[in-house]
Amino acid sequence: MELKVIGQEASGGGCSSSGCGGGSEQIAHLPDSIRDKIKDHPCFSEDAHHHFARMHVAVAPACNIQCHYCNRKYDCSNESRPGVVSELLGPDQAVKKVIAVAANIPQMTVLGIAGPGDPLANPERTFETFRQLTDKAPDIKLCVSTNGLSLPEHVDELCKHNIDHVTITINCIDPDVGAKIYPWIFWKNRRIKGRKAAEILIEQQQKGLEMLAKRGVLVKVNSVMIPGVNDQHLEEVSKVVKAKGAFLHNVMPLIAEAEHGTFYGIMGQRGPTHEELQELQDKCAGDMNMMRHCRQCRADAVGMLGEDRGDEFTMDKVEDMHIDYEAAMVKRAEYQQAALATLEAQRNHTGETFVSLASLIKPKKETRPVLMAVATTGGGVINQHFGHAREFLIYEASANDVRFIGHRKVDLYCSGGDTCGDAETVLQKIIRSLDGCEAVLCSKIGFEPWGQLEEAGIIPNGEHAMEPIEEAVAAVYAEMVANGLPDKGEEKTGLRMGA
Amino acid sequence: MAYEIIESCVNCWACEPVCPSKAIYEARPHFLIDAKKCTECDGDYADPQCVSICPIEGAILDPFGEWANPAGALTGIPPERMREAMAEIQAR
Ligand code: SF4
Ligand code: SF4
Repeated sequence: MELKVIGQEASGGGCSSSGCGGGSEQIAHLPDSIRDKIKDHPCFSEDAHHHFARMHVAVAPACNIQCHYCNRKYDCSNESRPGVVSELLGPDQAVKKVIAVAANIPQMTVLGIAGPGDPLANPERTFETFRQLTDKAPDIKLCVSTNGLSLPEHVDELCKHNIDHVTITINCIDPDVGAKIYPWIFWKNRRIKGRKAAEILIEQQQKGLEMLAKRGVLVKVNSVMIPGVNDQHLEEVSKVVKAKGAFLHNVMPLIAEAEHGTFYGIMGQRGPTHEELQELQDKCAGDMNMMRHCRQCRADAVGMLGEDRGDEFTMDKVEDMHIDYEAAMVKRAEYQQAALATLEAQRNHTGETFVSLASLIKPKKETRPVLMAVATTGGGVINQHFGHAREFLIYEASANDVRFIGHRKVDLYCSGGDTCGDAETVLQKIIRSLDGCEAVLCSKIGFEPWGQLEEAGIIPNGEHAMEPIEEAVAAVYAEMVANGLPDKGEEKTGLRMGA
Repeated sequence: MAYEIIESCVNCWACEPVCPSKAIYEARPHFLIDAKKCTECDGDYADPQCVSICPIEGAILDPFGEWANPAGALTGIPPERMREAMAEIQAR
C-alpha cells in the first residue's frame, strides 16, 4: 500500500508518529525540570523505551508487609519482583553485575532495586549498593520500588544518592479497602493485622510521597487493580497522589492464579478484563499521564524494558568479566547521544504520518478504532517472531491517529515446554491475552498459529517486518478500512451486513 | 527453651536482622536459630520477633514444637480452601 511508503519516507525508521507524539503531549504540562528527567527514561517516556533500558538487581530479600496478591515463595507478578528463590545478590555482587551489564549494553541507563522483598526493609543492602554505584558508575541513574511502610525514615538517606525516581505501590487510601488487600504489616516490633495495619501503611505511604515530592524527587505511583476491592476506589487514589506530587500513576491489572498460591489466587479473586483495565486507565488519566507501557517487568530483568537478557549476565559469567568502566563510560555516552539524536529526529517528524494517513483514507463518516498487537524486541520496529513474543505492545488505530495503549504479557509463569503443558495451551494462552485485538503484527508467524488466530477473529500480519510500528499499524488499519471495517456490533452478530 | 526454624523456611532474611539475641543465622538448606542464644525475646519484646515478621506459616516452631504461625494465620486462606485448591490443581 502507498501508505507504508509515505510513512517510511517521513521517518526513515523508528517510531515517528502519534503514539510518540501522544507521549510528548502527555508530559507537556509538567515542569521543565521533571520533563527533562523523564524525557529519555525507559520506564516513563513512550518513545525512549524503544532506545534505552533499565535493569533490576535482587539485593533486598526481606519484606515488612504481606499483600494478598503475593506469595513470598514465588516470583511476584504484580509487584515486578522475583521470588526469594531467584538469584539473590550481595551488594558487592550486584555492583559487579550492574557494571558488567552497563559496559556491554550502553542502552542501560537506569538501575532499580525492587526486591525480592522491599528495598527499604533491607536498608543496609540497598544503600550499600547505591553508595558503590553512585561512586563507581555515576552515569547510571538509580531507582527503588517500595511498599512505602519504611519510606519516611529513609527519605534522607535516599536523597544522598544518584536517585532518579521512587516508585510507591499504593493500592488504596481507605483503610477499609486496605484491610482487604493487606493481611498484616510488621511495625514497631509487632505484627499488626487488619484495618489497623492498613491504616498505618497508608499513613506512611502518603507521608513518604509528600516528603519526596517536597525534595523534588520524581515519584511514580503503582496501583494494582483488583475488581470488587479497589477498582472503584482507584480514581480517588489517582487524584490524591497526584495532588501530593506524584508525576505518574500507573494502574496495573491484578494477576491471580490458584497455582501462584496467593490469597487472591486461591480464593478465586479475578483480575480485571483488558477492557475494564483500559476504562479505569482512561478515567484515571484525566490531565495526568498514565504510564501505559509499563510491562510489569521482572525485578531482576536485564535489557530493554520487557526483554530479558539475564542469562548473559549470571553471576558466574560476570565474575569472569574484566571491565574497564572508564572506557565503557565513553562508549556509553556516545551511544546515548546518538540515540538521543535519533529520538529527537523522530520527535520532529511527529504528526506527518497520521496527517497523511487521515487525508488518504478519506474516512466515510467515522471509522471505528481498532486494537492491534505488535511483537517487537525494541527499537520501535516490528522485529519479533510471533512464537517468540512473551508480550505484545497494544496500539489503537483510528481514522485520526495511532495511539499506544499498553502492554500485554503472555504469561509470566510460562517458560514454554514442560512447565506449562502442551504447545496448544501456550498458543491458546497467547490468543487469550490478545483478547479485544483484531490484528497482530509480527516479523514472522507459523502456519498453525496463523489458522488459530484467524479462527479467533484476529488477523495475523507478517508483511511489515522491520518497519516502524506506528506506520505499519496505520497501514494495516487503512487496509482494514478499505476492505470494509464492520461495526463492532455487526461483527459480533455475524455476517448479517455482508450477506 | 527456644524457637526453631524448619524446612519450610524460604530464606527470606526477614528474621535475621530483627532478632535481639543474634541467634539467627544464614544456613543451607534454610536459616537456623542457635538454641543456646535464643531468649524467646524475653525481656526485649512482647512478641518473639522472628515469629512476628516471618511470612511463611509453619516455618518457625515454638518451644512446644507447634507451628508458631499456624496454617491460615498469615495468609488468611482457610486451610480447607487451601486443600481444595491444591486438589483442584492436582486434578488438572
Ligand atoms: S524468639 Fe527472639 S531471640 Fe529467639 S530467635 Fe526468635 S527473634 Fe531471636
Ligand atoms: S523470616 Fe521465616 S522464611 Fe524468612 S528466613 Fe526467617 S524463618 Fe525463614
